[in-house]
Amino acid sequence: MRSKQKIILIAAGIFLTLFAFGCRKEAPPPPPPPPPPPPPAAPAPTVGITAEPSSIERGKSATLKWNSQNAVSAEMNQGIGAVATSGSREVFPTRSTEYTITVRNADGKTASASAMVTVRAPPPPPPPPPPKPDLSEAFSSASIRDALFDYDKSDIRPDAADALRGNAEALKKLLEDYPSAAFLIEGHCDERGTTEYNLALGDRRSTVAMEFLVNLGVPASKLSKVSLGEERPVCSEQDESCYQRNRRAHLRLR
Amino acid sequence: MKNLVIRCIGVCLAMTLPSAAQRAPDAVIELTDEIRDPRIAVSEILGPSSANDPVEHFNEELWKALEASGRLEMVPRGFYPRSSPGKPEDIQRDETRMPEDPARRGFYLRGWEDVPVMARYLVYGRVEDVNDRLALSGYLADVTQESVEAAYVFGKLYYSEPNLTGAREMAFEFARDILQNLGLGEGLAGSRIYYVHKEVGSDRKEIWAMDYDGRNKERITNYRNLSLTPAISPDGRRIAFTTYVEGIPKIYLHSLATNRRLPFYNQEASMNTTPSFGLDGNSVYFASSASGTSQIYRADIDGGNLRRISYSRSIDVHPSINPRTGAEIAFVSDATGTPQVYVMNTSGANRRRLSNGGGDAVQPAWDPTGERLVFTWTRGYEIGNYNIFLVDLASQRYTQLTHSAGRNEHPTFSPSGTHIVFSSDRLGSQQIWSMRADGTQLNQLTSRGLNESPVWAVR
Repeated sequence: MRSKQKIILIAAGIFLTLFAFGCRKEAPPPPPPPPPPPPPAAPAPTVGITAEPSSIERGKSATLKWNSQNAVSAEMNQGIGAVATSGSREVFPTRSTEYTITVRNADGKTASASAMVTVRAPPPPPPPPPPKPDLSEAFSSASIRDALFDYDKSDIRPDAADALRGNAEALKKLLEDYPSAAFLIEGHCDERGTTEYNLALGDRRSTVAMEFLVNLGVPASKLSKVSLGEERPVCSEQDESCYQRNRRAHLRLR
Repeated sequence: MKNLVIRCIGVCLAMTLPSAAQRAPDAVIELTDEIRDPRIAVSEILGPSSANDPVEHFNEELWKALEASGRLEMVPRGFYPRSSPGKPEDIQRDETRMPEDPARRGFYLRGWEDVPVMARYLVYGRVEDVNDRLALSGYLADVTQESVEAAYVFGKLYYSEPNLTGAREMAFEFARDILQNLGLGEGLAGSRIYYVHKEVGSDRKEIWAMDYDGRNKERITNYRNLSLTPAISPDGRRIAFTTYVEGIPKIYLHSLATNRRLPFYNQEASMNTTPSFGLDGNSVYFASSASGTSQIYRADIDGGNLRRISYSRSIDVHPSINPRTGAEIAFVSDATGTPQVYVMNTSGANRRRLSNGGGDAVQPAWDPTGERLVFTWTRGYEIGNYNIFLVDLASQRYTQLTHSAGRNEHPTFSPSGTHIVFSSDRLGSQQIWSMRADGTQLNQLTSRGLNESPVWAVR
């Protein structure tokens, strides 16, 4: 072990001696080379950006436009990334957002510019898009009334005329909102008649009620009629008030 | 007795006609014959012990069918001689065995004619087992005749399956033959009543059918809707009715043999209803609102060849065709302001009011002779309280057949003309009843649900 060390030390000594000797033999060292001339400095970059419009409603878009000089690359924040050094872009911010563009010149010098896009809440939700009730709801909330008749009769009494006038207005309004709506006029009788005669009497009640409505401007094409005779009473008590309720022209949706 | 009086009306009228003067003596004899229904003894017919139940059922059904004809006076069995003949030879044998007086007839004829039986006719026979079927030898004797030969009216061999249904049908057949041989029409046995049935709590109505006595109820339609106003063709093979299955009242036709729907064209109208078959069975009269208000129309059996018959500004509805002439229509019109019964020709001519204008008079139906009509009338009662009336067209005389408060409505005659079926709520709910054409012998035929609009058909 020790002998190995000796050998290394000796060899190192020889080497150092030779080296020191050799050096001394050189001419005076040349002047250090002049530092390479510094490259000409790149002009500083500049950039400008605008947002048009600068204020939008939520859901609308704004257009960013930018111009730069002396830039070799450009990058936009808000997750947009690399963009052309000059250009435009449509953005759809959902809230107020500052867009910053950073350009870089050949020297890596940077310049930035920002534009703010202010997002306004949309105007009060356009009057809640009137949740259009379905036709049957609209029909049942329209105040449609039965036209009532005397026993054995199909003449329109004054109270029935009032009911039908109201019905005609209601039907016309419904047809404005629901042009495809159509209506059925049922003629009914009280139970005191007989099946066969009441079928014919109910038919005539539905006919006179329909004619009345048509005369008041309800389109005939929107109306049809059916007699139910005494088959579909609304009550079954055997007294005049129930009989009266059953002697009726009744409107329903077709 | 009331029916007898009614039945004699035709005869009595005939007597008052000058042309009938020469026939007066005949008419008197007819009258005395008519006054009393023939007394008939229906002996208990015996059969093999293997068929006790069917034979017992046969005897019951035969008795009921003859009794229900309304044309016979049934002699109670308690009065009968101890033994009955089973075949004509039994009578013959009795004649030879007991010739107490050669000039007189033997016990079998005399025993049935004398007090206490006092029968004019005797039904007898026997049932045997032939190849596992029942064979009935059924006989009818006129026990007032002087000789055994003359007493023999008819005899016939009938077969049936050895069960209750077969026994019932065999009894019906025998009863029909007995009545026909006595010139008393067909009776009721074998006829069917069609009607509208509604279950309690349901809003549907279907057409059903049943036998003359309310048995064998059977659903005919199954439209699960409103089916109303049944009418049966004269031959009993087709039914027409009103149904709402398409939303508005339309007339449908079915074959009763197959219960399949037959084509019938319904003209464009909010209502086609109250069908009635023409006499030939190949035409249908009905009410339609095609022109605005209900009017009477006629069409072929398939709805073709449509013709409007009535031209009025009133409601004309519920046609019924004279089953004798086929040339007159009874119907309902409210031309006077209340519904009344009218008659017109099938051409539409000679339109005339039959009811007197008081109250509501509706639902006309002819008797088989075409000389009388039954209808429903509020006369004497409050609105809606109907009773059944009979009107003789020639004399214009009314007879009130029901007298109860409540509703008695929709009468139609049995094909035999002896009975009327109608609906009544006299016991609470609307049910089907039958009665003799004089208003007697009421018989309730339905009790379940609500039942209405009965029509009586030949089969």
